[in-house]
Amino acid sequence: MDNSIDQIYQEALQELKAAANRQAVEDIRVRYLGRKGIVTQFLRNISKLPADQRPAAGKQANQLKNLLDEACQETIHKLETTGETAAGGIDVSLPGRPAPCGSLHPITQINQRICDIFTQMGFDIAEGPEVELDYYNFEALNFPKDHPARDMQDTFFVSDDVVLRTHTSPLQIRTMEKQPPPVRIIMPGKVYRCDSDLTHTPMFHQVEGLLVDENISFGDLKGTLTAFVHQMFDEQTSLRFRPGFFPFTEPSAEVDILCVMCRGKGCRVCSRTGWLEILGSGMVHPALYENVGYDADRYTGFAFGMGVDRIAMLKFGIDDIRKFFENDIRFLSQF
Amino acid sequence: MKVSLSWLNDYVNIEMAPSDLAEALTMVGLEIESLSERYRYLETVYVGRIEEIEPHPNADKLHLCRVDTGREQISVVCGAPNAEIGMLSPIALPGTEFPEGFVLEKNIIRGQTSAGMLCSEGELGLGEDRSGIMSLDPSLSVGAQLASALGLTDTVFEIEVTPNRPDCLSVIGVAREIAAIQNSRLTYPDFKLKDNDNCISQQTSIKIEAPDHCPRYVARLLEDIQIKPSPFWLQDRLLSVGLRPINNIVDVTNFVLMETGQPLHAFDFDRLSENRIVVRTANKGETFITLDQKERLLDAEILMICDGEKAVAIGGVMGGLNSEIEDDSTRVLLESAYFNPVSIRRTAKQLGLGTDAAYRFERGVDPGGTIAAANRAAKLMAEVSGGRAVGGLIDEYPRRQSVKSLNLSTQKTNRLLGTRLQRKQIENLLKSIEFTIGQKTAAKDKDTLVVTPPSFRVDISRPEDLMEEVARLFGYNNIPTTFPQMPATSRLATKEINLRNRTRLLMNGFGFREAINYSFAHRQSGDHLRLKAADPRRQLVNILNPLTEDQAAMRTSLVPGLLQTVHYNFAQQIKNLRVFEIGKIFINENPQQLPTENEMLAGLWTGSRYEASWHGHEAQCDFYDIKGVVEGFLNALQINDVQFSRLPEKECTYTRPGYSAQILGNRTRLGLVGQLHPQVLANFDLAQAAFLFELNFDILIPLLKDTTVFKPTPKFPAIFRDITIIVNKALETQEIISTALKQSPELVEDVRLLSVFEGTPIAPGNKSVSLRVTYRSPQKTLEDEAVTPIHQSIADRLVKAFNASLPA
Repeated sequence: MDNSIDQIYQEALQELKAAANRQAVEDIRVRYLGRKGIVTQFLRNISKLPADQRPAAGKQANQLKNLLDEACQETIHKLETTGETAAGGIDVSLPGRPAPCGSLHPITQINQRICDIFTQMGFDIAEGPEVELDYYNFEALNFPKDHPARDMQDTFFVSDDVVLRTHTSPLQIRTMEKQPPPVRIIMPGKVYRCDSDLTHTPMFHQVEGLLVDENISFGDLKGTLTAFVHQMFDEQTSLRFRPGFFPFTEPSAEVDILCVMCRGKGCRVCSRTGWLEILGSGMVHPALYENVGYDADRYTGFAFGMGVDRIAMLKFGIDDIRKFFENDIRFLSQF
Repeated sequence: MKVSLSWLNDYVNIEMAPSDLAEALTMVGLEIESLSERYRYLETVYVGRIEEIEPHPNADKLHLCRVDTGREQISVVCGAPNAEIGMLSPIALPGTEFPEGFVLEKNIIRGQTSAGMLCSEGELGLGEDRSGIMSLDPSLSVGAQLASALGLTDTVFEIEVTPNRPDCLSVIGVAREIAAIQNSRLTYPDFKLKDNDNCISQQTSIKIEAPDHCPRYVARLLEDIQIKPSPFWLQDRLLSVGLRPINNIVDVTNFVLMETGQPLHAFDFDRLSENRIVVRTANKGETFITLDQKERLLDAEILMICDGEKAVAIGGVMGGLNSEIEDDSTRVLLESAYFNPVSIRRTAKQLGLGTDAAYRFERGVDPGGTIAAANRAAKLMAEVSGGRAVGGLIDEYPRRQSVKSLNLSTQKTNRLLGTRLQRKQIENLLKSIEFTIGQKTAAKDKDTLVVTPPSFRVDISRPEDLMEEVARLFGYNNIPTTFPQMPATSRLATKEINLRNRTRLLMNGFGFREAINYSFAHRQSGDHLRLKAADPRRQLVNILNPLTEDQAAMRTSLVPGLLQTVHYNFAQQIKNLRVFEIGKIFINENPQQLPTENEMLAGLWTGSRYEASWHGHEAQCDFYDIKGVVEGFLNALQINDVQFSRLPEKECTYTRPGYSAQILGNRTRLGLVGQLHPQVLANFDLAQAAFLFELNFDILIPLLKDTTVFKPTPKFPAIFRDITIIVNKALETQEIISTALKQSPELVEDVRLLSVFEGTPIAPGNKSVSLRVTYRSPQKTLEDEAVTPIHQSIADRLVKAFNASLPA
């Protein structure tokens, strides 16, 4: 009797040793300890033994059951905690079942970053129509009809009085018409100009900003844009403010940043000047205050605007702006 | 505009190196686009030596010269009478572009190869002499570059002059800025012309009939002139800024235009009928032949310069063929006028004539500079033509252009700029560019300066304009950098912005890449999408001046753009795409108003659901893939209670009948989902099945919840029971589920579809539908006995409602 119990135990241990995975162990457990298992059969057969042998046999059989149970658990534990067993785990180099992820358009990414920087400074976001009245796009912004300043922006016309907005500046007027100062807004959106080449597409993206309050100075404009550029690029990106011309600002300033490609040494991207023009800006022209009914003696303010596409080109090193609107998956999937 | 360093030096002594000058001008607002070495065109011209001269076998007047270029000996055909053996002369090699425009190539001249060209001074733009090839100093070394051998150097600046600074569209204007930068003197040329008599008024007259268009007209008369080429100094100045010399009279008008910014026109006085000038507007329908030999159709808004009978020039824009200077002209009437900028701009635009003169007039020339320019030109013309200026000038000035004085507050200037400039500093900065400061008020008011801008600064009309002058001359980079004080309040982002951002991330999570297509559309885009005649998306916003046919209107759907995206990628061998776009569409509902702009979301899936891989075969995406995306998306936005119902066939235009659903939320149509119509795919040159959804954000936004109210999680266990019924195949499953949910809503928590099966043993035309019903009570643990009758009643209800049967 002893012998046969021990024999069962040894055989089971041998089998467990060869088990390659959890399922194999479970199979062994069932074969020995299951309802029709060897040990179970053995236990059932105890009743056929002489009465005096029964208690010892029963005890031994229960012992065997416990031992086997433990051995199974140990084997499973060993199998699951050591990778280098005989079966060698799985081929982890096989690709996983795909959980595909999409991507955000690079312009969206840069646009969001610009908006994040300014909203953290305390600017709100304003949005408005892309097909716009000539009044808001030009007249109210101090671009009179028949003024050469209109040549600065090649305009798509819908009618004599309606254009595709050439900048998001109409929202300066629309916002100031609706609320009294202080105004602190940025205006992201699509804009349109009839121009198409390596660096121009007929549709592109702008973010403009407007801050009107008491005692806002040109120095504040410099500070705000410097802070922006340092966050958008880095602290080492120096800025250069130089006079420019926009009908809706006076004084007006073009803002150049140190070329992000060559760091000012001069390269193809910056046309060997060491500088990149990325922002237009200036102090809000008093004619705008007159057009929206603000007190031009009391309030001053600044406005600025930038091309999102151009900044995205610089950030990502893209040399052809048209790439943005081809939507080539091999392009989009890089961002 | 181009200016050359050598020309600038005529008026101001330039102390800076060209690159420093470029930087300094840029920093005061004259952006230097480029600076270039003027003599770069001589790069391929060398000092050559004539080694041998032989007669040309096929031409009497030509020779064959063997020329040592320093690198090799080449054979050159030459017709110059002064060519001699041993002579040093400029040898231009193929590729040289001469100032007069032609590019030298390796030529065969009468059967003989000419591998270069021996050049005259005139041909090289270095002098007047064209009689023979240029003879160079024998001490020069053969093979040296001509420009460096002769010490020729000059820098040409290309300046981008902003529309507000017409005063800088002249060499003197730029020199004035340089003088201000250097704090040095500007030397004007002699603008005076001494008149001994006033004979001009006996010989001609000026009559202005349109004074609003022509506020001022100055004329001078020259006689006994002889038309011939200009002297070299004059040609040289013009060549230095890229202008081609024509003849002495025309060259002087161009020279003075470039020097002062005042456009001038020279008429052949003997070709003016009645020897007089009348300035009037044209008659509608009148035609006129301009100098470029084109006939122009005029209207009543166009200003014409006329003689006693006929028009002779389009005022301020272009002269006429009938009065231009010809080789035999002997008398010249010189015009120096101030025309109304708006009038000139309209005319130039209307006629599409962007001349140098119109460019300056429309920006505004100096109304006070007409006499000076006329004097300067008359004097130069007399000098270079052998003629003389008739005594006196005519100055018709019916609309006097006044210069307004402005009060400039020191304090307000400093407030706007963020500076602490002293009054005296401001005064000095303004004086450096010829603004005058009134002395009278100075004693009384220490803050205010009374400033009178010079007449050429037509851009100055407000104190802020003066502040800009102060700021730019002080230097923008010298203004302290400060930060605005911002209060600690801000608004939250709008629902629109939040939805957009959320959508992008969700769509990314579903594996969709964001595309941005142009907002334009083809005018036939309605046909391409098979839209019905009454579909509002056929009401296009048309662009009057589109760049291309397929961008001639604003889009009324995102679908064409996405199909173009698919087409582009297919051409790149990318056949599996999941893309989405968020953007506006534009419906021209009422042409009297701005169009309606709706923000839309569209997603498109084509190709595989899974690509072939080790864990499975390739599977193509289908309707239920894209529908799952829509469901997941709306679910994430917590827009529940959404229904999908089959889009009736007559409403399926760009989607395939039977495979299209409208998405309904709160009984309104949020959008649609479906397979693209094969004909629409074909219209975009596509064949592979594609699936699409569209949602209108403007309808979606009102359905978004501001807040979510927490519901306690269930305390008691649920009981799950399945039910299978056999119904007509055409029945929409959604209906069965909705019906099941209506029964005992307090205990039926959920009804979920387990399976749909068609085929044996189900009779043809039918399908079996299995549902799993979740029962739960909020108050207690449900017993089987409580659920069984409800479950039975649901089964009964379904059988009755749908004429269903239970499986055998």
